[in-house]
Amino acid sequence: MTSVKTSSAPAPQPTGKTPGVALHTGTSDLRALVLNNLRQSGIYVALVVIVALFAVLTDGVSLSPGNITNIVLQYSYILVLAIGMVIVIIGGHIDLSVGSVVALTGAVSAVLVIREGYPWWVGILAALAVGVVVGAWHGFWVAYAGIPAFIVTLAGMLLFRGLTLRVLDNISLSPFPADYQQVAAGFLNGLLGGQGFDVFTLLIGAVAVAGYVVSGFRTRVARVRYQQPVESFPLFVARVAVVGAVIMYFAWQLAHARGLPIVLIVLAVLVLVYGLLTRRTVFGRQVYAIGGNLSAATLSGVKVRTVNFWMFVNMGFLAAVAGVIYSSRSNGAQPAAGNMFELDAIAAAFIGGAAVTGGVGTVVGAVVGGLIMAVMSNGMQLMGVDQSVQSVVKGLVLLVAVAFDVYNKRRAGTAR
Amino acid sequence: MDDTILEMRRITKTFPGVTALQDVSLAVRRGEIRAICGENGAGKSTLMKVLSGVHPTGSYDGEIVFDGRPVHFRGIRDSESHGIVIIHQELALVPHLSIAENLFLGNERRGLGGLIDWNRANADAADLLASVGLHENPVTPVIQLGVGKQQLVEIAKALSKKVRLLILDEPTAALNDVDSAHLLDLLRRLRERGITCILISHKLNEVTAIADSTTVIRDGRTVETLAMASGAVAQERIIRGMVGRDLDSFYPDRVSSPGEEVLRIENWSVRHPTQDRLVVDGVSLDVRAGEVVGIAGLMGAGRTELAMSVFGRSYGRDVRGRLFVRGREVRVHTVAQAIGHGIAYVTEDRKRFGLNLIDDVRRNVSAAALGRLARLGWVNGNEEIEVAERSRREMNIKTTSVMAVVGKLSGGNQQKVVLSKWLFTSPDVLILDEPTRGIDVGAKFEIYTIVNRLVAAGKAVILISSELPELLGMCDRIYTLAAGRITGQVSVVEATQEYLMDLMTKDKERVG
Repeated sequence: MTSVKTSSAPAPQPTGKTPGVALHTGTSDLRALVLNNLRQSGIYVALVVIVALFAVLTDGVSLSPGNITNIVLQYSYILVLAIGMVIVIIGGHIDLSVGSVVALTGAVSAVLVIREGYPWWVGILAALAVGVVVGAWHGFWVAYAGIPAFIVTLAGMLLFRGLTLRVLDNISLSPFPADYQQVAAGFLNGLLGGQGFDVFTLLIGAVAVAGYVVSGFRTRVARVRYQQPVESFPLFVARVAVVGAVIMYFAWQLAHARGLPIVLIVLAVLVLVYGLLTRRTVFGRQVYAIGGNLSAATLSGVKVRTVNFWMFVNMGFLAAVAGVIYSSRSNGAQPAAGNMFELDAIAAAFIGGAAVTGGVGTVVGAVVGGLIMAVMSNGMQLMGVDQSVQSVVKGLVLLVAVAFDVYNKRRAGTAR
Repeated sequence: MDDTILEMRRITKTFPGVTALQDVSLAVRRGEIRAICGENGAGKSTLMKVLSGVHPTGSYDGEIVFDGRPVHFRGIRDSESHGIVIIHQELALVPHLSIAENLFLGNERRGLGGLIDWNRANADAADLLASVGLHENPVTPVIQLGVGKQQLVEIAKALSKKVRLLILDEPTAALNDVDSAHLLDLLRRLRERGITCILISHKLNEVTAIADSTTVIRDGRTVETLAMASGAVAQERIIRGMVGRDLDSFYPDRVSSPGEEVLRIENWSVRHPTQDRLVVDGVSLDVRAGEVVGIAGLMGAGRTELAMSVFGRSYGRDVRGRLFVRGREVRVHTVAQAIGHGIAYVTEDRKRFGLNLIDDVRRNVSAAALGRLARLGWVNGNEEIEVAERSRREMNIKTTSVMAVVGKLSGGNQQKVVLSKWLFTSPDVLILDEPTRGIDVGAKFEIYTIVNRLVAAGKAVILISSELPELLGMCDRIYTLAAGRITGQVSVVEATQEYLMDLMTKDKERVG
């Protein structure tokens, strides 16, 4: 196509910034950068502040190797749920049933492994399959029958809690054999030896940092090549250095405790895979499109029903993963397992910047939101704060986070 | 004796960047039926919003004198307390409440202790219904009534507020002939009771039949007020007032050389999604490569409904008719199929149907053809940026970056983003629905230039527009649509605004 003839119309503006010297380009206006990315960066700042706050309040206990390991083990299943939940929320829905699904999948696994004596992996596969079926059930009603997800999953919450009771015959089952417990309590350590610390853990940490640096650098190169705005080079280096240091500190602490928890590996893989899935695949982008403007997405040829369906299938799958981790950690299945987990997962997604109206949110944000809650709960437990106060604080944090989001959006609206 | 009930003097109302009303003056005699006519967007509704206080005092310039006294309405309650009631085209009834509940909503019949006295309410409601000739039980939920009867409920509600000046905005647009006749009859009876009425209508046969006088508004100005006594004023006279605008050389030149037929629909009919009436009724039309075909029609003629039902049945139910792409009949039941057959629909409402306003330019541009940027489901982000940058250059989208949020762009630039999105699907036929609505003159010219470029490249374009000069300036052929039917097909060299408007206001009897 030829260029637009603009004889009587305004002259075309320059189409982009002239590319400068390869990498040393971009803005170093820190204030503008922070303001522009307040929605995303705010959450990291909040996490750092909260971690620092509790480190001070607990005299550093909260940052001790043992406690960091504990946080990972104790809250991993909430983080797994938050990953699925944020996708559902971005799509403009909600899932209230995940706590019951955690219970049901754990129960199925426990019945097979503990009562029937099948090997550990049969229990896990069966739990995952049940999760997928539950997700398909929800997906069917939401996507094809057109029932609001709030209702469908509220019904699911009751339904699957009931099925859990039925599967367990109203009694708890325990304990799991040792190999099943490895899922939540296992560590990879000693593979490469080390004096008082685990070299393998440090190595994995180093690999993670290297991966972060390389991918960040490649993104930056591509951005510059396509003449997109990037942060200034020193700022980029500083950011990479800070994140790298945090990862290595984290790895160092783990290495001095019990090594690399298997759960953490699972979690890292999930964050990586779902981060890419949401940002880089057609499916992920269609989730954002549906949540952002359903009508526009429909009129753009997005197969809304299909996407909605798979959103819930995926949520069911991740709920099952959380179910396996939780059953393994609690070393059994209880009829009341997973109670209120959905609320923690939803809170994590919203604290992590997801918008109530859909179309906004990130997997990493939701995980960070979950970590904020985890660090807070853990810190308050270390301090011996009363359960009632903990609940009040968590409630206020959720409220403030969403209020901040609404305020942000209103400001963006008036700027238009 | 002063028999003027309402005088609006030199009303000027501006919105950011647009002057909607410019020195509009209007004097209405007590007890008359005054019609207000004008094209879509001429400023009729804005004028009525000023009058009813929707645009409060202070937000416009000019003076309103009602019953000899200057009035300053701060809201619709103010105007209603003076007896000015407006009934909008989209009825404002609560569907699941009963007729009586709707009639007295916000004006409840109170009894002992402030509780609602339902016996009195229902009895009063029955009286009101009788006065508008509606024989329904007041406890019937409104949702069970047809549109015509709902309209009567609205009028009864106005009567309950002691209405002295009743404003009706396109009251018969959604009514069938029987209901329309009934409504006009009722207006005559209200006139006998001394109620003044302002009637906004596109149906000129109704206007000539019922109005005592007609004010014509064009481009936010009063053009003239015609006394209609004894039907002396012909519809042609009103039409001349409505369209008398100069066709300037605003439209870029284009050499017309239509090629093969690209799209043809035959006998296309669509039913309203909830009501039992045909919105599109037996429409046939075709468009060829390198051709711009216009669709002219007034509000409610079924233009958008026609376009959206063709575009993967995105509107209505019970869609019937045959659709041919390049001479072969095709089944297009979903938007994805429509896109697959090379059809693109650029919506008239870009904010609601065209864009994800909270997302950036890049992702909006790729939204309808993401598959072209993906392999095995993975989107190539770099290529996506390249596509967006190319659109930005070719369309001259003014934005700091393709990563900028679309909601913050101006209307014209948003429209260019929508166009970019559809061009990226490589369509053969583009259906452009009001592509220049609400954008400034410079951006309009750019859009026209883009359209001409596409046509020169062999695309077929269907252009839906309320602006007749735009159709005359851009099209090769123009179909006129009225009440869901094609009332004419005109080659642009033979067309005039008067002729088109005449066809657009044809009702069923005149079509024959």
